[in-house]
Amino acid sequence: MTALAWYDIRTLANPVAKLLEILRDNFPDWVAYVVSGAIGAAAIGAFLGIAMLSLIWIERKVIGRIQLRYGPNRCGPFGLAQPLADALKLMQKEALTPLVGDKLVFWIAPILIFIPAVLTYGVIPFGERMAVANLNVGLLFIVAIGGTTPLIVFMAGWSSNNKYSLLGAMRTIAMVISYEIPAVVALLSVVVLTSTMDLSGIVEFQRNYNVWNIFLLPLPFVIFLIASLAEVGRTPADIAEAESEIVAGYHTEYSGMKFGLFYAVEMASALALGGIMATLFFGGWWTFGLQLLIPGWLIFLIKMYACYGLFIWARGTLPRLRIDQLLSFSWKFLLPLGLINVVLVAFEVALWAELDAPGIILAPFALINWAMAAALVVGYVRLLNISEAQTPRLAVLTNTVGVINRIPAAEHSNYAVAGD
Amino acid sequence: MDGFGVTSAFWGLSALAVGSAVGIIVARNLLHAVLWLILTFIALGGLFITLSADFVAVAQVLVYAGAVGVLVIFAVMLTPNSATGNSETRFFGPGFIVASILSAIMVYVAAATEWQATAPPGFKTTAALIGDALVNQYVLPFEVASVLLIAAMIGALVLVRSDD
Repeated sequence: MTALAWYDIRTLANPVAKLLEILRDNFPDWVAYVVSGAIGAAAIGAFLGIAMLSLIWIERKVIGRIQLRYGPNRCGPFGLAQPLADALKLMQKEALTPLVGDKLVFWIAPILIFIPAVLTYGVIPFGERMAVANLNVGLLFIVAIGGTTPLIVFMAGWSSNNKYSLLGAMRTIAMVISYEIPAVVALLSVVVLTSTMDLSGIVEFQRNYNVWNIFLLPLPFVIFLIASLAEVGRTPADIAEAESEIVAGYHTEYSGMKFGLFYAVEMASALALGGIMATLFFGGWWTFGLQLLIPGWLIFLIKMYACYGLFIWARGTLPRLRIDQLLSFSWKFLLPLGLINVVLVAFEVALWAELDAPGIILAPFALINWAMAAALVVGYVRLLNISEAQTPRLAVLTNTVGVINRIPAAEHSNYAVAGD
Repeated sequence: MDGFGVTSAFWGLSALAVGSAVGIIVARNLLHAVLWLILTFIALGGLFITLSADFVAVAQVLVYAGAVGVLVIFAVMLTPNSATGNSETRFFGPGFIVASILSAIMVYVAAATEWQATAPPGFKTTAALIGDALVNQYVLPFEVASVLLIAAMIGALVLVRSDD
């Protein structure tokens, strides 16, 4: 790849590499470091700006279509200028600060919350040699950075001096620390299989063996998808800002662009998780040789947006869960399944090393993993004895008022309504 | 310690760590103290990077800034009036003396030890080495620690279980 001319846009790394080469030859070492850092920061910043504008439009449009509406269609052609109008509106609004709150913490929280989201982009490889920082502990870095988000959310909720804000913040912490564990266990399966925590290395593994990880590890993908939905607090899991229960959660007191920052960060971190998913499970910038025809970074962006599309899809189709349902689902369902899967993958990798087998051995492994995934999900649901009464096909209220009495009288107390 | 970048990073991160450590003590609001504490943890994580310990640095942020920070916040939230009701304490004098003696000892040890300065050959990756050491050389301590953690977890579950 180094043979490419610097102006070849098939990988944007070439112009930067050329520039850094010139800097290294003519200036002291630190100049190259500073310049590469500045280029990386500017690139991420520019990318995030464009991504935010496009994502707001895509999300509103797709949600509109799912709900049989048109979505935004007044500002510009196809409503394309709607995100700009949104941003302008938010900037004009007054940013109120509660009189009795903790003013400094209140003011600093919406700024700080951008840091984890932006740092995550730093290790994602957008193409071959196109990660800003190619850390060999990249995956762990992402987990560590993600783990600091609830603290900042807590700062926002606590400094507002509002009970709904504090409730929302505590819910976020409870949810994020519960779902971090299944997510990490799912990532552990990937790390055990590819035996590297370097994101570029994981892409390299998929290229070497000509396979996407999702074909080998279906269950970790599902677990990671659900866990990341919860971690960014998007709709099936948005109990942290459940409008029907606690107004708007931790950003109840935020107005104007401060609220806009929270809104943007939610999208930025969801898109980052889409990028991580694309890297870990869908081969990143590598796509069975297609990257020779189309620039790798373009392929990666398409995959990233497609993974984000999964989030939009979930948001458009699933209702919000209750907090106890959400937490028990993490601890009782996702975590045991994830742990069993890690053990299975570890056995396979040990067997692979023992036999010193060629890469084709991944094919039977994939079959075993898919069979195990299906067996685990079905078997575990049976084991937990989740019966039809707990997942009623009819609305519970209909059952309770006795219009159609499908549930035995003894179980009515499970569905006690107010006034019972 | 070589090069402009590492030196400036060391001094910047050290200033941040010491400054936020002072903030922990000075802050009257307990939650502010917790936030300063987390900033200290993050600065220490940065210092580990200047020592080429990438895995330890990330683990520092993961375990201390993430997990321990949340734990401390929960502990503070469960204590009534903890955030604001911190008045002067009569233990200021003894506490100050103990802290002075402790820091004097540490400074003395640091100054009296002959540190072996070795320049590491570039930035070596450590994650694989640490993993290897944990499951080969130090497998027994590793397993003992795991059993201890599981015992603690089961104990916590038993404590909070309701009887129904």
